[in-house]
Amino acid sequence: MRKVTELARNPGRKAASAPPVGNWPRPDEPERFVASREEYLAMYRDMVLIRRFEERAGQLYGMGQIGGFCHLYIGQEAVVVGMQGELKRGDSIITGYRDHGHMLACGIDAKAVMAELTGRAAGISAGKGGSMHMFSVEHGFFGGHGIVGAQVPLGAGLGFAHKYKGDGHIAVTYFGDGAANQGQVYESFNMAELWKLPVIFVIENNQYAMGTSVNRASAEDQLYRRGESFRVPGIQVDGMDVLAVRGAAKTAVEWVRGGNGPVLLEMKTYRYRGHSMSDPAKYRSREEVQAMREKSDPIEGLKKEIIEGGHADEAALKAIDREVRDIVAESADFALEAPEPAASELYTDVLLGTY
Amino acid sequence: MPQILLPAMSPTMEDGTLAKWLVAVGDVVKPGDVIAEIETDKATMELEADDGGTVTALLVPAGSEGVKVGTPIIAIAGEDEAEAPPPAPASARPPAAVPVAAAESKTEAPVAIPASAPETATGPTRRQTVREALRDAMAEEMRTDERVFVMGEEVAEYQGAYKVTQGLLEEFGDKRVIDTPITEIGFAGLGTGAAMGGLKPIVEFMTFNFAMQAIDHVINSAAKTLYMSGGQMRCPIVFRGPNGAASRVGAQHSQNYGPWYASVPGLVVIAPYSADDAKGLLKAAIRSPDPVVFLENELMYGQSFDVPEGDHVVPIGKARIVRAGKDVTLVSYSIGVGVALQAAETLAGQGIDAEVIDLRTLRPMDTATVLESVGKTNRLVVVEEGWPVCSIASEISAVVMEKGFDDLDAPVLRVTNADVPLPYAANLEKLALVKADDVVTAARSVCYR
Repeated sequence: MRKVTELARNPGRKAASAPPVGNWPRPDEPERFVASREEYLAMYRDMVLIRRFEERAGQLYGMGQIGGFCHLYIGQEAVVVGMQGELKRGDSIITGYRDHGHMLACGIDAKAVMAELTGRAAGISAGKGGSMHMFSVEHGFFGGHGIVGAQVPLGAGLGFAHKYKGDGHIAVTYFGDGAANQGQVYESFNMAELWKLPVIFVIENNQYAMGTSVNRASAEDQLYRRGESFRVPGIQVDGMDVLAVRGAAKTAVEWVRGGNGPVLLEMKTYRYRGHSMSDPAKYRSREEVQAMREKSDPIEGLKKEIIEGGHADEAALKAIDREVRDIVAESADFALEAPEPAASELYTDVLLGTY
Repeated sequence: MPQILLPAMSPTMEDGTLAKWLVAVGDVVKPGDVIAEIETDKATMELEADDGGTVTALLVPAGSEGVKVGTPIIAIAGEDEAEAPPPAPASARPPAAVPVAAAESKTEAPVAIPASAPETATGPTRRQTVREALRDAMAEEMRTDERVFVMGEEVAEYQGAYKVTQGLLEEFGDKRVIDTPITEIGFAGLGTGAAMGGLKPIVEFMTFNFAMQAIDHVINSAAKTLYMSGGQMRCPIVFRGPNGAASRVGAQHSQNYGPWYASVPGLVVIAPYSADDAKGLLKAAIRSPDPVVFLENELMYGQSFDVPEGDHVVPIGKARIVRAGKDVTLVSYSIGVGVALQAAETLAGQGIDAEVIDLRTLRPMDTATVLESVGKTNRLVVVEEGWPVCSIASEISAVVMEKGFDDLDAPVLRVTNADVPLPYAANLEKLALVKADDVVTAARSVCYR
């Protein structure tokens, strides 16, 4: 157990015994992103928005206003915010069921996301999808998929479509350390490299697949190496440091957009909450979670860097906090007041054609 | 004098074309030498000599078409023939590695749709196999819509494991005709993602038996997306390939998935019988904005029908009365339609006038046509090349019981395959598969004759 705890506490650490990587073309080691004042504040805002939104979703779940499964992103905010900063409008994003943060990072209205969680007609999926099944074609967000690992070939397919159309865009495919053991992930790596598809595979390694730690489930627990047998270059990233993530994203995006084929990024991150709202969390200690929050929190880390680096003062960050609080409060009010879908919607959206 | 017989080179091969002789009379051949090229229904294959010797006669001229499996095609005298006693007939055998059993399991010839059938084409037609019709459907749609592409195992360079994609690579290139690794869940998912991304993929499964590895993407990723996204995300994709029993390939390669997919809201499921419907419905499937499962049948690929010329599109969701009758309704789909038509002919000789309906689309199912027919005949037998439990036949029985109860003069009967995994032995396989004789018996029974 000690080994598990230690790994969890050092999310960005690489194994000392890492073997040399394969001798095929690969991007350079990424450098930590150097942000402007505006970029610092934007990343801070986006991470705080996800954090506060998820906390509120957790409360609404506790009140019985959100049903079913609800997987919160708290602790992992740096991953999606760092990645998103390097993407362009028209790029495609796809992930699994822990998707609220990705939607907010894509710029989707918090009200539409929260109203989907409460199952209302104004939800982004008109109340028919729920927490795990949200989409916004307009924002290039292709879900929101409930079957572990299924989004990986789908994401490769989005990349295939970009290449086929020759539109210069790329697909970013997020999945967890648990999904990394699904066979279809490797089928996707193989085809993506074989056909040089413009896809960034992002493993959000939050250390636990539900209650099973990476070490208990993965013979090769350095997940960034998992693509090397397919010649997909892998990079391990400190996923608790948004600037490290953004730097890796920059490197990966350049590589992939340049027609060099896919890249695998392993983000070492951590979720503070349970796997879902119904998780008793017996598989890890309270101390472990607490230590992570105190030492590695992505928002606190960035805040400290902003202030110590003189990029902005406490008051500027407080103003952002207030703005975010208002957005989240408004989204929760909206989601509770908005009407449920009309009964007549039960049979709509099954097929598009009339036969 | 030892002869080599034309071997069966695939499980369904019944005859072949002797495309080319690579040896001449008087040539000395060694074991393993290629002596001829044989064109089968699926591919051009090389025939090797089993034993060495001198070619004494070419028994079938090059270019001969429709040479039956088991026909002697060449005579080779052994090297020590002069001294040795004449070899036993058993030595005249096809090459060792080729399965010979297939020749025994003849598939029944297709039963033509009677010219009097209500929906018979009136314009110009041409005789085509189901295989050619499917290929033409894809080629025509690919010519008019850049977004359409084909992917699957062996679809490009090999020209299709069952030759359905023959010639497509040459016309459309490797951007649009894509050989995949053997990776069903991977390419089914990749194709589904490409459809979400705005393309119109045709994903070929070498057979639908292998699609079980990929069924999560067909159902969870493709079929449910539109609904789960509140109508904003489309997934226009066609999953196609042979379905149902082939010939002597055993339980894991012989299964009808029609009832499985037809139970899923969000999918369109098509299972045509004839070449004209295969073409017209595949074109409709490719144009559909919805995910389509298109179930073909290997035993039907080589069967010929009259296919209308031009842009022949058949509407999805409409059954077809392939034989009009007044005494009993026989409903089926895919290869079962041939069984039903055969039974109808026998019944006609016995004074029973059967109406035969080809469902063509399993979802959405045209139950109105079935109910209308039952309203006329008051008797129904459902014929299905598949298992009986939770089948299409079960579904139709339920619908007719619910909505046509007052029209029925007899219970609805189901004639299906036996409720067992398909056996290999020729006699057991025959016993397990749906048969016209059983349809005749059932039809007589509901007519109380």
